[in-house]
Amino acid sequence: MTEEEKKEDDVRVGVFICHCGSNIGGLIDCKGLADYAGTLPGVTHSEDNLYTCSETGLTAIKTAIKENNLNRVVVASCTPRTHEPLFRECVSEAGLNPYLFNFVNIRDQCTWVHMKDAEGAYAKAADLVKMGVAKAEKLEPLDMIKLDINQVGLVIGGGVTGISAALNLSRQGFKTYLIEKEAQLGGRLNNLYKLFPHDIDASEIVNRLISNANNPKNLEVLTSTQIVNIHGFVGNYEVEITQNGNNKTLKVGTIIVAVGSSLLDPKGLFGYNGQNIITQYELEPKLKNNQIKAKDIVMIQCAGSRNDKRPYCSSVCCMTALKNALIIKEKNPDTHISILFRDLYTPGTEYEEYYRKAREKGIIFINYDVDRNPNVEENQVRVYNEYIGEDMLIPYDLLVLSTPLVANTDNKVLAQMLKVPTESNNFFLEAHVKLRPSDFATAGVFIGGSAKWPVDITESIAQGYSAASRASTILSHKTIEVDGATSNLPVYNKNLCSGCEICMKVCPFHAIVKNEDDEIEIIEALCKGCGVCGATCTNQAIVIKHFTDDQIMSEILAYGGK
Amino acid sequence: MEKSSKSALVIGGGIAGIQAALDLADMGIHVDMVEKKPSIGGRMAQLDKTFPTNDCSICILAPKLSECYRHPNITLHAYSEVQKVEGTAGNFTVEILKRARYVKESECINCGLCAEKCPMRVEDEFDRELRKRRAIYMYYLQGVPAIMTIDKEKCLWFTKNACRICEKACEKEAIDFDQQDQTITLNNVGSIVVATGYNLIEDFEKEALNIYGYGKFRNVVTALEFERMECASGPQGGHIKRFSDGVTPKKIAFLQCIGSRSDRYKKYCSSICCMYTTKEAMIAYEHDNSLESYVFYIDMRAGGKGFQSFLRRGASDYNIDYIKSKIAQIDIDKDENPIIVYEDYDDGKIKQLKVDLVVLATCIIPPEGIEDMAKLLGIELNDYNFIKTTPFIPVETSKNGIFTCGCVHEPMDIPRSVTEASGAAARAAEVIRGG
Ligand SMILES: Cc1cc2nc3c(=O)[nH]c(=O)nc-3n(C[C@H](O)[C@H](O)[C@H](O)COP(=O)(O)OP(=O)(O)OC[C@H]3O[C@@H](n4cnc5c(N)ncnc54)[C@H](O)[C@@H]3O)c2cc1C
Ligand SMILES: Cc1cc2nc3c(=O)[nH]c(=O)nc-3n(C[C@H](O)[C@H](O)[C@H](O)COP(=O)(O)OP(=O)(O)OC[C@H]3O[C@@H](n4cnc5c(N)ncnc54)[C@H](O)[C@@H]3O)c2cc1C
Ligand code: SF4
Ligand code: SF4
Ligand code: SF4
Repeated sequence: MTEEEKKEDDVRVGVFICHCGSNIGGLIDCKGLADYAGTLPGVTHSEDNLYTCSETGLTAIKTAIKENNLNRVVVASCTPRTHEPLFRECVSEAGLNPYLFNFVNIRDQCTWVHMKDAEGAYAKAADLVKMGVAKAEKLEPLDMIKLDINQVGLVIGGGVTGISAALNLSRQGFKTYLIEKEAQLGGRLNNLYKLFPHDIDASEIVNRLISNANNPKNLEVLTSTQIVNIHGFVGNYEVEITQNGNNKTLKVGTIIVAVGSSLLDPKGLFGYNGQNIITQYELEPKLKNNQIKAKDIVMIQCAGSRNDKRPYCSSVCCMTALKNALIIKEKNPDTHISILFRDLYTPGTEYEEYYRKAREKGIIFINYDVDRNPNVEENQVRVYNEYIGEDMLIPYDLLVLSTPLVANTDNKVLAQMLKVPTESNNFFLEAHVKLRPSDFATAGVFIGGSAKWPVDITESIAQGYSAASRASTILSHKTIEVDGATSNLPVYNKNLCSGCEICMKVCPFHAIVKNEDDEIEIIEALCKGCGVCGATCTNQAIVIKHFTDDQIMSEILAYGGK
Repeated sequence: MEKSSKSALVIGGGIAGIQAALDLADMGIHVDMVEKKPSIGGRMAQLDKTFPTNDCSICILAPKLSECYRHPNITLHAYSEVQKVEGTAGNFTVEILKRARYVKESECINCGLCAEKCPMRVEDEFDRELRKRRAIYMYYLQGVPAIMTIDKEKCLWFTKNACRICEKACEKEAIDFDQQDQTITLNNVGSIVVATGYNLIEDFEKEALNIYGYGKFRNVVTALEFERMECASGPQGGHIKRFSDGVTPKKIAFLQCIGSRSDRYKKYCSSICCMYTTKEAMIAYEHDNSLESYVFYIDMRAGGKGFQSFLRRGASDYNIDYIKSKIAQIDIDKDENPIIVYEDYDDGKIKQLKVDLVVLATCIIPPEGIEDMAKLLGIELNDYNFIKTTPFIPVETSKNGIFTCGCVHEPMDIPRSVTEASGAAARAAEVIRGG
């Protein structure tokens, strides 16, 4: 802490009001707000910027810090979720401790939610800025927490995704464990015949992957192995596993989740009987063993998906149907094959080509609407064709249902061990759909393949590599710095703590333990600074750094509280 | 991991290239990034909001641009091109041509005084020529690096030997008409990631849009133009207006698969248009809640995470009508309102719909100069001139040590571009680390 930062009565706050293009500036007067901020106690500099986060805006902050000797910076703009790290880094480049920066959200919380009330939005923004400045005055410099990294990777699930991830990490030079609960690697591919869109035998791909996995130094494959429990935090995870009754603990730095997906139980769908009404998945081995002799084949797409219960497209089923229909046509060009579909999902270059090929080979495509599902009768399917405006009757001796991939039922268990979320269909939920597709919000844990969402092999492999890359950004270092705004039981508060252990129970991240001396100890690396413990502690022994009582009170008082 | 003596080269500074560079840099590997345009950001910088979460594109991109610019392990070569590549995986030698901006990077503070005074007006490429910029310009407002560039082809000094007004306007003495192009040689490049993105069919084959009246009718625009029209920092300041009369459209028709899935033009599907169209209609609705949107499509392709729910929301909450159909032709009435004649696949009937504005979802095509790039690198292209990749391994090109990601090998959305970018980085790191 420099002298400059310490003296509270000598705070010099700089306030930067961002227009965010027209997101904020379109509704409220940012210039006026900046002028108002300039009148607040402690503020020595204020300005408005079209985009404070642009290089131009960041330069303006740095220049103002230098020219005005600022020791606190407040930016009022979009949202800390995406932008706080950027501004913290900016002030720290100008020589300030990054925690002497305070974010005020006047876009999401003002101009967006009060889009229809410009005056109200301005008034609220002005209040928030006033409170933000008050808090800024009370901010204290904090240090980032330095953690040692155990430079070892672990991958859960030995399908294409997991194998790709594990191979890559080991080839980058990291000791890597690949955990598979079944006796062999390969996942879903073990039961498939040919693979779209390249018509290669699935076994060929599986064998290639497995022989690669068995080779490299650094990679340890553990099959017939289950995860029992997971403890720890980024860089320092302890993973308890069990293999044939033997338990073991692996110490690793990062974890990649590649547990794949399951298949929908088809019972009750379109007269499924497992005999002449089967799923694509059941068709695959029959094709492999050359058991398909049917003359009239009908395939029904979206069987059990894109409905209210499962409102998603499983994205691999259209291609699977085309693939299997083409295989049958190739062997026996006289077979009649009709595919009943809603929207044919063949995006991109190669898949669309596949669709063309299927049409050229004489496969019939019939569109149906979700409100008029095909009706399966004995030996024929009745489907309403909107184009001709009446029912069509299509005979079948084999009916194949294209059922969706669904999330594994035990995803919840693993999610709980890892403290990561799942979404409404029970697939794993990544940190940010667009910009952090392979990360979880929990540091050091990554996701890829059909565990996240139904995807084909090509995308699974890309996602496996992607997760490996993200893991490598951590594993490549001996130490890592994490957020210093954590919960804390300061020495001077030790006498307040009655040892009631309530904080231990409420902490969602299991960051609070009792040490050998029977004292409450907070593992800073695990703490996410959520504040639950601090709010719960009846003796007010716990202090949440960067959100101290003093800091929060200063905001309330600034707003007008007493 | 010891800091590697070998570096990586990333070609293209769109979201894919940026993500690949950031991952490699965060692994402790030095990266040289080459971007042809004056600023990085690629197409994502041109978009208004982005599906499926509809957050503001530049808002979530800007921190990445900055990170890329500031990262101690990344050297950014903007306004540059790769000129020569020699060697093999693990040890390439690369020559980069860094073009003169005629503005000193160390001096320019992007105050804009020069551009304010510059008398020469030029079509603004970034804004799809919907407005004019000056001969001295920022590629776009939030561009990184935030430095002016003089457009030598258009500048009066370079073309007519007169003017130099900007030089006088600049208080930082940043203008330097004597700046020269530079050649930079990089040795010890372990691997290369190609992420040069895409163009749109109207960039090179405008005739594909002819039958939809584009170029002839003022109220027919492309989807990327519409992004700029919706955007707050775009040519209309975020107030969508028709070009014929400046009136806000109340009825918009979105036409899908323009040039895509076509026997005449491109056979493939551009993959992302179904989704971005719904997004554009949603955003337009947010601008004006009385808007009616009509989407004319063949198949709705929405397989990504949360995409089906996105379409459902479009229909239920944003007044979007999805019409499975085939477009026959487009005309206009005397007020220049487009009239769409189409065959409705639901009942096989030929119908007409009069709207205020038509937005064309045009086909994504390989980027300009892809053939030269392929030759330079010694990699193969596929039948459509996208970069050819190994079956099932979308980040691997036909040459060892050279990887790819994003739209340069297949049309795709941002989530997938970012995923592949990290994937390409992982493989590039493998080569650099000798795996
Ligand atoms: C009928 C059908 C046909 C298909 N045809 C094709 C095709 O032709 N081309 C194509 O590209 N795609 C095809 N697919 C899709 C393809 O199967 C998937 O893309 C691919 O399997 C996804 O790989 P994954 O590694 O993510 O998951 P999976 O293959 O499901 O592998 C996951 C692995 O994780 C293991 N596991 C699960 N939980 C745990 C745990 N808790 N601990 C340890 N291990 C665990 C599983 O045992 C399994 O081995 C098809 C799918 C189906 C259903
Ligand atoms: C109208 C429209 C709306 C869209 N909306 C969305 C959306 O809402 N959500 C979504 O997920 N996706 C959307 N997309 C898709 C999105 O634009 C792409 O997924 C994304 O931009 C791909 O990134 P990229 O890095 O691969 O390519 P680009 O963004 O094209 O970047 C490529 C970069 O490489 C540079 N470059 C080119 N050639 C060279 C060369 N020879 N040397 C050096 N540099 C070179 C270019 O200048 C550019 O900066 C939309 C696309 C369009 C057309
Ligand atoms: S702040 Fe939240 S995460 Fe940290 S110890 Fe308290 S309850 Fe746990
Ligand atoms: S006037 Fe000078 S400093 Fe300002 S933007 Fe132009 S070149 Fe840069
Ligand atoms: S010299 Fe060129 S860039 Fe400068 S003001 Fe004149 S025309 Fe514009």
